[in-house]
Amino acid sequence: MSQPFRTAQGGRIERSKPLLFTFNGEPMQGYAGDTLASAMLANGVRTVSRSFKFHRPRGIVSAGVEESGGLLAADYGCGLLPIVRATQLPLVDGVRAESQNCFPSLNFDLLRILDYTRSLWPAGFYNKVFKWPNWHAFEWAVRRTAGLGRLPERIGPLRCCHMNAHCDVLVVGAGPAGLAAALDAARAGDDVLLVEQDREPGGSLLHDPAEIDGQKPADWLRNAVDALQCSPNVSVMLSATAVGYYDCNVLTIHDRSAAYRRDEPVEVFWKVRAERVVLATGAIEQPLMFGNNDLPGIMLAGAMRQYAARYGVRCGQRIVGIVNNDLAWQSITALPAAGIEVAAIIDTRDSIDDALIDVARQAGIDVYPGSVPIAAGGSRAVRKLQFRDAQKHPRTIECDAIAMSGGMSPTIHLYSQAGGRLRYDEALACFVPQHCRQSVAVVGAANGEFAVPQTYNIGLRKPSPAKTGCQWIDFLHDVTASDIELACRENLRSVEHIKRYTTTGMAVDQGKTSNLNALTLLGDLTGRHVGDVGTTTFRPMFMPVTMAAIAGIRRGDLYAPAKRLPAHDWHAARGAEFEDYGGWDRPAYYGEDRDACIRRETLLVRESVGLFDASPLGKIEVKGPDAAEFLNRIYVNTVATLEQGRVRYGLMLDENGIIIDDGVFVRLAEDHFLVNTTSGHADRITAWLEEWHQCEWSDLDLVMNPVTSQWAVVTVAGPGARDVLSTLPGLIDLSTDRFAHMRFASGAFDDGTPYRIQRVSFTGEQSYELSVPAGFATEYFERIWQAGKAHGIGLFGAESLMILRLEKGFLHVGTDTDGSTNPLDVGFGRVVANKRTDFVGARSLQRDNDRRADRRQLIGFELGNARETVLAGAHVVTGRGAARRSEGFVTSACRSPTLGKTIGLALLERGHERNGEEIELFDQDRVVSARIVDACFYDPDGERMRG
Amino acid sequence: MLRIACPYCGTRDEVEFHWGGDAHVARPGPEVGDAEWSDYVFSRENTKGVQLERWCHVFGCGQWFNVARNTLTHEIHAVYRMGDAAPDPDR
Repeated sequence: MSQPFRTAQGGRIERSKPLLFTFNGEPMQGYAGDTLASAMLANGVRTVSRSFKFHRPRGIVSAGVEESGGLLAADYGCGLLPIVRATQLPLVDGVRAESQNCFPSLNFDLLRILDYTRSLWPAGFYNKVFKWPNWHAFEWAVRRTAGLGRLPERIGPLRCCHMNAHCDVLVVGAGPAGLAAALDAARAGDDVLLVEQDREPGGSLLHDPAEIDGQKPADWLRNAVDALQCSPNVSVMLSATAVGYYDCNVLTIHDRSAAYRRDEPVEVFWKVRAERVVLATGAIEQPLMFGNNDLPGIMLAGAMRQYAARYGVRCGQRIVGIVNNDLAWQSITALPAAGIEVAAIIDTRDSIDDALIDVARQAGIDVYPGSVPIAAGGSRAVRKLQFRDAQKHPRTIECDAIAMSGGMSPTIHLYSQAGGRLRYDEALACFVPQHCRQSVAVVGAANGEFAVPQTYNIGLRKPSPAKTGCQWIDFLHDVTASDIELACRENLRSVEHIKRYTTTGMAVDQGKTSNLNALTLLGDLTGRHVGDVGTTTFRPMFMPVTMAAIAGIRRGDLYAPAKRLPAHDWHAARGAEFEDYGGWDRPAYYGEDRDACIRRETLLVRESVGLFDASPLGKIEVKGPDAAEFLNRIYVNTVATLEQGRVRYGLMLDENGIIIDDGVFVRLAEDHFLVNTTSGHADRITAWLEEWHQCEWSDLDLVMNPVTSQWAVVTVAGPGARDVLSTLPGLIDLSTDRFAHMRFASGAFDDGTPYRIQRVSFTGEQSYELSVPAGFATEYFERIWQAGKAHGIGLFGAESLMILRLEKGFLHVGTDTDGSTNPLDVGFGRVVANKRTDFVGARSLQRDNDRRADRRQLIGFELGNARETVLAGAHVVTGRGAARRSEGFVTSACRSPTLGKTIGLALLERGHERNGEEIELFDQDRVVSARIVDACFYDPDGERMRG
Repeated sequence: MLRIACPYCGTRDEVEFHWGGDAHVARPGPEVGDAEWSDYVFSRENTKGVQLERWCHVFGCGQWFNVARNTLTHEIHAVYRMGDAAPDPDR
């Protein structure tokens, strides 16, 4: 396990700590301090993966976030995480790295056929190639071929969480500019948070030997870090990337500092609010365009220097540089010191500073100013470079790596997300920050202040005029210069259109190394200044963030808060099958066989007596001298006339006249009401009532108190209900002449437990809702259960309750109504007409549209064939063939165990005037016939519930 | 992510609040015509600039109040209690 491309000495790696890892199953060795990329390069790995579209071989291109070639899948013990950058991953003992997008192997990929047939797949090929016979004929193949990487099934031991932080100054980037900014703020006494995506601070100081403030970079860095460490008001986060910049100086940070540990790996997603932000995010070197510029071995010049200086890695044995700026000369002329032979520097500019040329010649490097790169040669990796020198002589140089540099581009992604405007700087040939409303400063290279601006001197940025081979612009999405040219020929002009048509800049790197070249080319092709072409919109995330980190702890059981009944365990012990109803875990039925249980429970309530947990029933107390007036303005129904101790059913509308809730309300005292809402809507209705009181009728003197969870509700329903409850010592006399249907009473049992009882029925049977304080729920369920044994009592769940109410034709808001249903549609016209005073939504019911005769109105139906069934959602259809249309839809349906037939409710055009009519229901490709009947299917006179 | 100074609790993060649309929308009586009623139910200004809107401190005191917020810059110019007069826009 030699490392043939490791230098004999140097670098910041710990050569005394060798680490083992595998790449595609092959064991390899690196050192502590390596990234996965530097370790792979040290082992001579050239091809790392295959490209997204054409499956071309891809190698490491950069040493940082802009990586476009070294995307692979890596397993740190938490599953094989796809599409991660080798340049950003620390080398950890035992890490497993694998290539992606290649089959059967990295070196022999069958889908390379797409590359050889490249001319078939130009920009916009989706709209051009798959035309005949139609897209669907190709879809299966395209779906199988598309995509990059595979998600792991599980994330193993990885834990994720969210954290919040506040600071006076947030500094993003710990290069020299960021460190200096952090030190300034720290000295001024500010609370400082310094965030660096690398695992150590320093940025360019880690590889650039240039002196800073008269000190060696290592000394300057050590002094700066020491000073920060001694400041109690400074926090430093490493291996953490600021990925989003939002309004009001809120930034999100993806913290991976503990993500690659073997034990207890953690990813943290931070939300930081800063008074001021300093962006010291540096700049990204851009590639140059020439033929086959995507071959493995072709890298950014600055990256080669970083690998040599920081990691002791030689990116090749014989290198050629292709550059258009002075900065790159410094990178390349530093390479021979690390034992790398640099054959030549080819510069596209005609005039070059003599001093640079002298330095290069002294290092034994041939210099070719005014040259034109033509194409790189080689099949799996670069072997040679063809170019034309200043005398237009074609030349070829053998090499195994190319260092290219098209100049720097400031990393202005976060600045742009913050709402910052950009300006194209002619001298620097890139976009730089201009103005931002938020409190943000941009410093260092991110602001276009490159290390040596006076010698930067960048030349033209355009494709090689020698059109040999493909000149790649977007290495991740396989977009070429000719794709952009094609899009322009097809008359696309807007940068946003070109981006989507060619997909340039749309890959996982969001165009970090492709946007500037594409924009410049687009400007040239359309005769516009690149500043006028503009940029596409920068959006979070700056770097891909794992979904697990974004989810944090909100996964699985913690995804949403669980609401449980006070007697949950008591129900569980009796075989309850719990399901989610409006956020509550409620017994759906009791037992094993769902259908049989629901049928048994339904008949039990009809024939003897059933016990139901109605605790989630919404309960809001409204009290005050104006409580009656307030509720009178809320309910469709009249509230003011209700007597004390009486219960009335009511509908609530929104201001548009749409039904939003229903339930009974009780007058506890002259100035005191209890409002029941549908289970699961209690919070929403409470907030809604508060809004009306606080914002519209604050002059009304009343207070509200939601008491839903304070009272557990035991519903006892069925012919034997009274007999069972009457055994409870201390309960009022329940006989009908003393306590009729729709009455309320309160008191205390003999043991002192307070209770409230109301006689209301959602089942159509004699029914009592007994409320006891939530802490007594289990005790009273057990008591009533024991008392009911002699009467054949059983439990029933939410599913049989829905059948019982449907047999009675009782409305279930949200099921039998939708966002267009008003009270007239569900047969409450008389109630509306009888209301003398204004209420919420009243005026809307006067509109012509709300009174149209052909509105969808709630009707009951029963199927002609008693053995047929139909599902809610089935359409009521009329007409045949092409003329067939929907007149409405089924809102609820069931096979009624009581009646022995299939019944349901539907919202149907003109439904109210069509009683007795035969209709057709279209349900999952079949049509069944039904007849419109009264919506109350069982005991229409209500004798059973009043008895 | 705004920071809102609840007039009852003090400055808190936006996540504690619920936005409630335009403030000072007068509710007409039932006698108005369809057009005026429809205006009240559906039409809103969608201001670019300083907008008067109401917020509720749902994860705090539960109180509604009004906020003058610039929809372009998210700058909050004023926070005032329900029933108080709107601030002078030219201030």
